Amino acid sequence: MAGFLLRRLVNYAVLIAVATSLAYILAALALDPRSNYEGRSPRPPAAVIDAQLSLYNLNDHTPLIQRYLRWAGDVARGDLGRTWNGDRVDAELRRRLGVTARLILLGLVIGGVAGVLIGALAAVRQYGWFDRLSTVTAFLVLAIPTVVLANMLIIAAVWLNDHLGVQVFLVSGEETPGLEGGVGADVLDRVKHLALPTLSLAVGQIAVYSRYQRNMMLDVMDADFVRTAMAKGLRRRTALVKHALRTALIPAVTYFAFTFGSLLVGATITESVFGWHGMGEELVASIRSNDVNMVAAISCFAALAVLTASLASDVLQAVLDPRVRVG
Amino acid sequence: MTTGTATGTATGTAPVLEVRDLEVRFGDVPVVRGVGYTVEPGEVLGVVGESGAGKSVASLAVMGLLPRHAKVSGSVLLHGRELLGAPEKELAAVRGDTMSMIFQDPLSALTPVYRVGDQLAEAVRVHQRVSRERAAERAVELLDLVGIPNPRQRARAFPHEFSGGMRQRAMIAMAIANDPDVIICDEPTTALDVTIQAQVLEVLKSARRETGAAIVLITHDLGVVAGIADRVLVMYAGRGVEAGTVRDVYHRSRMPYTIGLLGSVPRLDAGRDVPLVPIDGSPPSAAALPPGCPFEPRCPMAIPACARAEPPLAEVAPGHSAACVRSGEIGEPRPVPPEDVPTAAAGAYPGVPPPRPREGRAVVLEVDGLVKHHPLTKGAVFRRRVGTVHAVDGVSFDIREGETLGLVGESGCGKTTALMEILELARPERGRVVVFGRDTAALTPHDRLAVRRHLQVVFQDPLASLDPRMTVHDIVGEPLVTHGYTDTGPRVRRLLRLVGLEPAHAARYPQDFSGGQRQRIAVARALALEPKLIVLDEPVSALDVSIQAGVINLLAGLADRLGLSYLFVAHDLAVVRHIAHRVAVMYLGRIAEIGGADQVYGAPMHPYTQALLSAVPIPDPDKERRRRRILLDGDLPSPADPPSGCRFRTRCPKFKVLTDAQRVRCVEEEPAVRPLEGDHGASCHYAEKLGVV
Ligand code: SF4
Ligand code: SF4
Repeated sequence: MAGFLLRRLVNYAVLIAVATSLAYILAALALDPRSNYEGRSPRPPAAVIDAQLSLYNLNDHTPLIQRYLRWAGDVARGDLGRTWNGDRVDAELRRRLGVTARLILLGLVIGGVAGVLIGALAAVRQYGWFDRLSTVTAFLVLAIPTVVLANMLIIAAVWLNDHLGVQVFLVSGEETPGLEGGVGADVLDRVKHLALPTLSLAVGQIAVYSRYQRNMMLDVMDADFVRTAMAKGLRRRTALVKHALRTALIPAVTYFAFTFGSLLVGATITESVFGWHGMGEELVASIRSNDVNMVAAISCFAALAVLTASLASDVLQAVLDPRVRVG
Repeated sequence: MTTGTATGTATGTAPVLEVRDLEVRFGDVPVVRGVGYTVEPGEVLGVVGESGAGKSVASLAVMGLLPRHAKVSGSVLLHGRELLGAPEKELAAVRGDTMSMIFQDPLSALTPVYRVGDQLAEAVRVHQRVSRERAAERAVELLDLVGIPNPRQRARAFPHEFSGGMRQRAMIAMAIANDPDVIICDEPTTALDVTIQAQVLEVLKSARRETGAAIVLITHDLGVVAGIADRVLVMYAGRGVEAGTVRDVYHRSRMPYTIGLLGSVPRLDAGRDVPLVPIDGSPPSAAALPPGCPFEPRCPMAIPACARAEPPLAEVAPGHSAACVRSGEIGEPRPVPPEDVPTAAAGAYPGVPPPRPREGRAVVLEVDGLVKHHPLTKGAVFRRRVGTVHAVDGVSFDIREGETLGLVGESGCGKTTALMEILELARPERGRVVVFGRDTAALTPHDRLAVRRHLQVVFQDPLASLDPRMTVHDIVGEPLVTHGYTDTGPRVRRLLRLVGLEPAHAARYPQDFSGGQRQRIAVARALALEPKLIVLDEPVSALDVSIQAGVINLLAGLADRLGLSYLFVAHDLAVVRHIAHRVAVMYLGRIAEIGGADQVYGAPMHPYTQALLSAVPIPDPDKERRRRRILLDGDLPSPADPPSGCRFRTRCPKFKVLTDAQRVRCVEEEPAVRPLEGDHGASCHYAEKLGVV
C-alpha cells in the first residue's frame, strides 16, 4: 500500500507541475498586465511601468522563457509571486481558501449525507411516492442553473425577512463588518450569513447524491448477500442498512472526496451570488485583472486540490472496500 | 384444481416442515402452482426440476424471502406454525435459527465488505445472546467444523479471498450456526467443480449429522439427488408432478416427464453406444401454459384426455404419487414401451464403431508439447508483472479422422486456453500445432484461410455467438457467402434440416428460438463449409438436460454420418462419456491421462482421473450409494506456482499412501504421459487401474 501511494504521489507531482506550467504559459501569453498600468490616469511613464512589471515578473518585454524560469524557480522555493499591484499571491490565496472552505464544507456535508439518505430511502421504496417525489425534485433542481437557484433562495429569504420583520437570513458576505456584541453575536451573525449559501450548495448536492445513491442502492438491494443477511435472521431494514447500504456507500464516499476537491475552486457562482470572496471568485477576478501570477497559482492549487481529492477517494475506496485492497 | 402433497413415509413423527398448496405469482404469471411437501426430522428431500420449474422460487417463498411484489398463497407450517403471512419479526426470528438456507452462488451470497468470520458471528448473535468474543470464537469453531483449514486465520479473510468451495463451506457454516431443524439448499453445488462438489456434499452430510436437521435439497442434478436424498419431488411447470422415495421415483417412475428426464441425463456408466433419449420441445413458459397436463405438448404418451384437465398429484402406490392420467398404466416395468420412445429426426444414431482402426486413419489435429503462459499482473492503475500463469504447460494429443476427443478437466485446468491456442492457427509459444498435416507455425495468411474452412468452432453460449440482427438464413449462409458461394438458399435449407430445424424458420431471428435450437443453428453454421474438424467449447453446458440430450445426440449423429472429427472441450465428464471416442483429462495445464473413452472411464489409472470420475454422481440411487468416493483435499493450487514434480501431489490420495522413498520421485520428477496399455497413457509414476464408476 505504501509503495503504491508513493508511486502515485510522484505521478501526481509530475502532473501538477505540467498542468501549472501550461497554465502559467497560457496566462502569460493571453493576459496583459501592462494595460492595467497604462489605463491609469495619469498614465505613468513607460519606464516606470516597465520597472514595476519587471519587479513583479510580469513584463511582457522580457522573453517568456525567462519569465517562466524565474516564476518556476520562485514557486519551487514556495513563493508564488506577486499580484499585478504588488500583493503577495500566497497570502491572498490563503485568505481566499479559508473563505471557500468555510463556505462549501457545511453545504457539502449536509448535501452528501442528506443525498445519500434520500437516495437510499427512495431505492428501498422504489416507485413509491417518496421515490417519485425525490426523483422529480432532483431533476427539477438539476435542471435549474445554480445562479437561478441561488437568486431564488435570496428572493425567498428577503421575502421571509420582510414578513417576519427580523433579519433571519443575511444574503450577502461572510459577516457583518464592524459588528459588536462578543463571540455569541459573531457566531450567530456568521450562521445567518452561511445559511443561504449552504442551502444553495446542499440542494444541488442532494440532487446529485440522491440520484447516484438511489442507483447504487438499487444495484445492491437485490444482491444475493442481502438475501443471505435476511436468511440469517436479520430484519429487512437491518439487512438493508448493515449490508446493502454499507456496500453501496463506497462509491458515494469516494465521490464525496472528489467533489470537495473540485468545489474548492469551482464554487464560483455561489460565491459571487452571495458575495463571498472565495477562490472561485478570485479566479474570475484575476483573469479580468490580467493577474498572471494569480491565475497560475490558482490553477496550481486547483490541480493540487483535484488530484489530492482523487488520491483521497482512492484511499477511501481501499479502506472501505476490501476487494480493491492490493497486497 | 386439486393439489397433492408429497406425503412422508408413515413414520408417525410430526413433520418439521409442511408446505401445502403453495402458489406464487409475479403479476399475472403463476410461477409456482400448488406445491406441497412434508419433511420429517433428519430427512433429506430432493426437489428436482429444470430451470423455470419454479423450484427456487418455491423455496424462497418458504423462507419468506421473495421480493415484495410476489404474491404468495397456501400454507407453510414449520413445526406446525404458519409462516405465510406471519409478521416480519416472527419470520426473522425463525430464519437462520430453526430454518436456514444455503444459496447457489457463494460469491455473491456473502457480503463483500465484511470478513467471513464477522458474517458468521453476526449469524450467531442474531439469535443467541452471547458476547462478541464468544460469537467470534463460535465462528472459528464453525469454520473448523466445515473443514476450512486454519480457521482462526481464515475467519479474518474477506469473501473474495476464498475459493468457491470454501465460500460454500462458509455458507454451510452460517446455515448451521444456530443448530437449525431444516436447512433449505438451493442448488448448493451447481457453481462448483465436481471434485469440490463432492467435498461440499460431504460437508453437508456431516452438517446434517451434526445438527440432525432435515434438508430440502433443490437441484437440477439427478445424480446429486440420487446420492443424498431420501425422498424426491419432481417439479415441472411450477408444480410437483411426481413424488416418492428416491428408489420409487428413479426405478419405478410413474410420470412420463420423470422417465424422460432420467432417460436424457448423460451418465458416466453408459457408453457412447447408449443413445440418450431427449424430450421433444422445451418446457412451457409460465405465462403461457397449455391447458390440461403441462407436459402434454412434449409427452410421448399423451392421449386426448391429457389436454382436457390438469391431472392432480395423486397417490399411485403407498408413499408414491404422480400427476399423470396414465400413471396407472405406466406402473412397471421400465422403460417406456418402445413405440413410445421418442425418436427425433437427428436423435437416435446407430452405434456404429469408427470404420477403420485408429492407426489407419489420417491425423487431423496434432498438438505436441503445447505451452501457453500468461503474465500474471497486479494493480489496477500501475500494472506490473508479478508472475507467470502456467495455463498450458506441455500438452500433447492427436485427433484422427472421424474421431471425437473429449478434453476434460475442472476450471483452471487449462482446457479453454489450449483450445484458444489451437484456434489461433499461429505459432504457439512453445510446441507444435499441426492441423490437417500443416504446421500452424508455417502457415501464410492465405493458407490459414484455407485451413479455417475445414476447422470450425461452436461456442458455449449460442446467443452470444449469433448476431441478433441477422436472420437464421443469413447466419447459416454467412460462411458460404464469405467463401464465394452465390446461391445459398438450398444449401442453408439442407443444413437446417440436417440439424433438426424446420427450414421454413430460416427467416426468423436467433432470439425467436430456444437455447437448444440456437445451439443447433450454431452447429448448422459450423457445418456450412463441410469442415473436417469442429472444435466445440462446452457446447451443451448452458442447456437443460432434456434439451442437452438432443444436442448431444445430434452432434454424435453428425460425426458418425459425416465422418467429422471433434475436439470436444467440456467440464462435464458424463456428457463427454456419451460423445467421445477418446478422452484427455487435464490438470493444472498438463494432461493427466489420455486414452480410449472406455479405458479411461472403465479403468482410470491416474489418481486424479480416479478421483474426478468417482466424484461425478450417477443418477441411480442404488449404484450411487454403493460407490466409493475418492475425496480430494483442498483446492486447485495456483497455476502461477504449480507444485514441483508431479503437479497433483499436493492433493493426490495415492501420494499419501506411498512410502517416503516412493514419494521422492513424485516430488522431484515431473511425470510425463507414458503409454501404459495401447494408446492409454497416464502421467503418474505409480499409475494403476481402479474402477470407480
Ligand atoms: S397426463 Fe398425459 S400428457 Fe401428461 S404426462 Fe401423463 S400421459 Fe403425458
Ligand atoms: S506421480 Fe505421485 S503424486 Fe503424482 S499422481 Fe502419481 S502418485 Fe500421485
